[in-house]
Amino acid sequence: MAQIELSGIERVFTLGDSEVHALHAVTVAIEAGEYVAVMGPSGSGKSTLLNLLGLLDRPNAGTYRLEGRDVTTLTADEQAEVRRNRIGFVFQSFHLVPRLTAAENIALPLMLAGVPPVERGPRVAEALKNFGLDTRANHRPDELSGGQRQRVAIARATIMRPALILADEPTGNLDRATGQDVTALLESLNASGVTLIVVTHDPVMGGRARRRLMMEDGALVGDLRADAASTA
Amino acid sequence: MTPADTLRFATRAATGYPLRTALMILAMSIGVAAVVVLTALGDGARRYVVNEFSALGSNLIIVLPGRSETGGVGLGSLFTSTPRDLTVRDAAALLRAPDVQRITPLTLGNSEIAYGGRLREVLVLGTSADYLGIRGYRMALGRFLPREDLERASSVAVLGATLRDELFGIEPAVGRMIRVGDRRLRVIGVLEKSGQGLGMNTDELVVVPVATAQAMFNTNTLFRVMVEARSRDALASAQRQVEDIMRTRRDGELDITVITQDAVLGTFDRILGALTFAVAGIAAISLAVAGILVMNVMLVAVTQRTAEIGLLKALGATGRNIRLAFLAEAALLSLAGALAGLALGHLGAWGLRLAFPVLPAWPPDWAVYAGLGTAIVTGVLFGVMPARRAARLDPVQALAKR
Ligand SMILES: Nc1ncnc2c1ncn2[C@@H]1O[C@H](COP(=O)(O)OP(=O)(O)O)[C@@H](O)[C@H]1O
Ligand SMILES: [Mg+2]
Repeated sequence: MAQIELSGIERVFTLGDSEVHALHAVTVAIEAGEYVAVMGPSGSGKSTLLNLLGLLDRPNAGTYRLEGRDVTTLTADEQAEVRRNRIGFVFQSFHLVPRLTAAENIALPLMLAGVPPVERGPRVAEALKNFGLDTRANHRPDELSGGQRQRVAIARATIMRPALILADEPTGNLDRATGQDVTALLESLNASGVTLIVVTHDPVMGGRARRRLMMEDGALVGDLRADAASTA
Repeated sequence: MTPADTLRFATRAATGYPLRTALMILAMSIGVAAVVVLTALGDGARRYVVNEFSALGSNLIIVLPGRSETGGVGLGSLFTSTPRDLTVRDAAALLRAPDVQRITPLTLGNSEIAYGGRLREVLVLGTSADYLGIRGYRMALGRFLPREDLERASSVAVLGATLRDELFGIEPAVGRMIRVGDRRLRVIGVLEKSGQGLGMNTDELVVVPVATAQAMFNTNTLFRVMVEARSRDALASAQRQVEDIMRTRRDGELDITVITQDAVLGTFDRILGALTFAVAGIAAISLAVAGILVMNVMLVAVTQRTAEIGLLKALGATGRNIRLAFLAEAALLSLAGALAGLALGHLGAWGLRLAFPVLPAWPPDWAVYAGLGTAIVTGVLFGVMPARRAARLDPVQALAKR
């Protein structure tokens, strides 16, 4: 049993009279611990796929099994619980709460999970240290560089020790060097066993993934594995 | 999410947008302050009137002709046949009651007063020597009516302070002869200025012996008799004795009305209490307006923080988490506004007391609690809709918002 099993996923948006098939007949399985890059032109449905995997959106048809459980039929609260405990999100635009400090942003998932403050403190401190943010703990997002912001976001995505990290163009708003740092950081998390799914335009970053899902017009048009490619 | 965390998060959110928060607290505080100040004014007026009345002497009994059906302050003798006169003899008889200390008969009428070519309308009060003591008035000059037989129509008069000023200017008044109606009277005294005085202004009165007034107006009946009981405790028994005496004098039929100061006071107390309540209600409308403002500001907050709400959902927040966070924020803002309004209202009431020292302008306790309660309840009620809207936001769309 794979960690993620999508079969026959359809996602249709209706905009006035016209219908947009954002996802069409998507069937794919992803094992725990995989490193997957989702690639394709703009508007091909990459973000829609990621939102679906993150239970932020529901398909119009098809089934999504996460760790063997059909999660499309869960209630909103049950889905929230799955997101809280199993999934970490990293966004292109960081999505930090501007009025909260770095430490408070990282602590948000713990707070939402009802972890008491005394337990949160040490865990947040450890995360700050691991991500090289110890000196920035009490800075607000507008006092941080882009790379630091994304590191705060990644620290926040991993603080609950999720099984799956979903990153939507995480380096899209960063310069090349910082982007590479962030990529390396995500890869190190993957190396420790977390499944990593990254949406990216960047062929270099895509090339580093062991598996690439190519999308076009809402359909999966390619599933390339690095080891298979190297033997070919 | 623990309640403490919800509260902390809401506090951070409120302090994160200081202008908006200040605006909302201001609106709420104006509403609460209005309740506090207006009820302080209303209740102050009530207390003022009650105090004034009590100052008249709380052991007063008033006897008037005609039977009132209710026994209280009412329309009186509407449904009875013309009552028999309440006479000076009746009044004198009341002195026989053991619990009665003093009595004074009252007759009122309008007439003209003239001195040295000056002429004006005047209210004539016919009464007796004890009137001064029973009402607690003081003389500015000369003396009050002489202690004499109630049926003796002496040709003397006592002037109110204003009346004296108008008639005599800088001339001395005591000892001069004036004309009231068709009678020539000697001025024997001038009352001290008392300012107000409920019912009639003594400063504008001319006071003459009761028999003189009755002759002037050609009447036998009294307007009323004021009876002073020996003490406040003796009030009830004095009232009973007065009724007994009157009944025996009228062959067993009681065709007079006896009211006590307490009954009058109670009526005023009720009227002004109701007035305060109404004023509080009007002030509460401003709280409802503040509530609507809270709602709109919270709706704006939800729109402003759409991306944040989407993020929180992505991080695993349930709809309930988000609803509670926004509700807590609305409640906090209302509470802060209510407390600020309370402070502001007390400041205003203090200002009122400074400006009008005679007015005991303290807001009643119930108004303070009602104001606070209404503020918080409206804040939370009007916070429900925005909070629900926030909780229902679609996370994908919310995240897409920048
Ligand atoms: N909420 C939405 N409503 C309507 N159309 C949408 C919505 N979200 C995405 N789409 C459409 O679905 C298609 C796929 O979008 P998306 O998944 O964002 O593409 P990508 O991330 O690959 O650029 C696009 O044509 C987009 O316009
Ligand atoms: Mg996209």
